[in-house]
Amino acid sequence: MSQREENIINKNFTKKFNDSSLKAGSKDALPIILGYLPIGLAYGMLAVNKGLTPLQTTAMSVFVFAGSSQLVAIEMIAAEAAVVAIVIMTFLVNLRHLLLSASLSLHLRNLPLYYYPFLGFLVTDESFAVAMSKIENKKKKQRYFIGLGFTAYLGWVFSSAVGAFLTEFINFGSGGALDFVLPAMFVVLLVMQISSRSEIMVAIFSALLSIFFALTIDGSWNIILATVLAAFLGVYISGNS
Amino acid sequence: MIFGMVVVTFIPRVLPLALLGNKELPESVVIWLSYIPAAVLAALLAPSILLKNSSLYLSLENTALIAFFPTLLVACKTKNIFYTVSGGLIFYLIASALV
Repeated sequence: MSQREENIINKNFTKKFNDSSLKAGSKDALPIILGYLPIGLAYGMLAVNKGLTPLQTTAMSVFVFAGSSQLVAIEMIAAEAAVVAIVIMTFLVNLRHLLLSASLSLHLRNLPLYYYPFLGFLVTDESFAVAMSKIENKKKKQRYFIGLGFTAYLGWVFSSAVGAFLTEFINFGSGGALDFVLPAMFVVLLVMQISSRSEIMVAIFSALLSIFFALTIDGSWNIILATVLAAFLGVYISGNS
Repeated sequence: MIFGMVVVTFIPRVLPLALLGNKELPESVVIWLSYIPAAVLAALLAPSILLKNSSLYLSLENTALIAFFPTLLVACKTKNIFYTVSGGLIFYLIASALV
C-alpha cells in the first residue's frame, strides 16, 4: 500500500508540470491573486512605514501567510504592543481557520500524513472559498488544492514584497491619507463578514468594548478582550433565537 | 515574534485537517468561532477611527471619523476591497481639505 503510494507520488513528481488537477488549481487562483495584489501592496507599504525593513516585511509574508494577522501585527507593532499580545492576537485572528480547515478535511481525507502540513499551510479564507465551490469534481483533490493554494501564496508574497521594496526606495511619506488605508480595509472586510443581524450586534458590541478597554487597560489587550467577549455574546444571542 | 506568529498560524490550519477528519466540533464552539472574524475586525476598526493618543477623539476635525461614513456606504454597496479602499482614501483627502 505504502509502496503503491510512493510510486504514485514519484510519478506525480515527474508529471508535476502537466498534471491537470494542479494546473486547474493554479488557474483558479488567478482571481485570488487579483484580490491579494492591492492588499499585499498596502500591507508592504504600511509595514515599511511603521518601521519594519522590507526584508522583515517580506519574511512575514513568506512564513506567516495570513493577511489579516499580518496587518493586525504591524498595527500592534506600531502601537508598541507586547510580543505576547501580538502572538495571542494572531492566534485569535487565525482561529477561524479551524472551521475552514475542519470542513475542508471532508474533501482531503486518507492522504499520507506528510501532505497535511503543506495543505494546511495553504488554507486561507480565499483558497477555502474557491476550493469549496470547485473541489468536488476534481480527481486529485489534494493536488488541486496545492495548485490553488501555492499559486495564491506566491501572489501574496510577491505583492507584499513589491509594496515593501517600493516604499523603501520611493518615500510615500507617512501619515496623511495612508493612515486611512487600514481602517478602510477593516471596514470592507467587516462588511463582507457580516451576513446576519446577530453579527451586526456582535460587531457593535465588540467595537464598544474595544474602545472601553483601550481607555482603561494598556498595551493593545483591548482587541483580544473585546473579541473574545463579543463572540460569547454571539453565542448567547444564537442560543436565544 | 515572527516565529511565534508562524506557530499560531500553523496550528489552527493544520491540526484540524490532520486530526479531525470527519469528527464534528461541539456546536457552541463552532458558533463562537463563527463570530470571531466580525468581532476582531470591529475591535480593530473602532479604536483606529475613534481614538487619538489613547483618548476619545469625537470631533468634526477627526478626519478618519468623517471619512468612515461614506467609506462604510461604499463598502456596503460594492463589497469590494479595492473600491472601498480607494474610495476611502478620496473621502479622507476631501475631508482633510475641508477641515
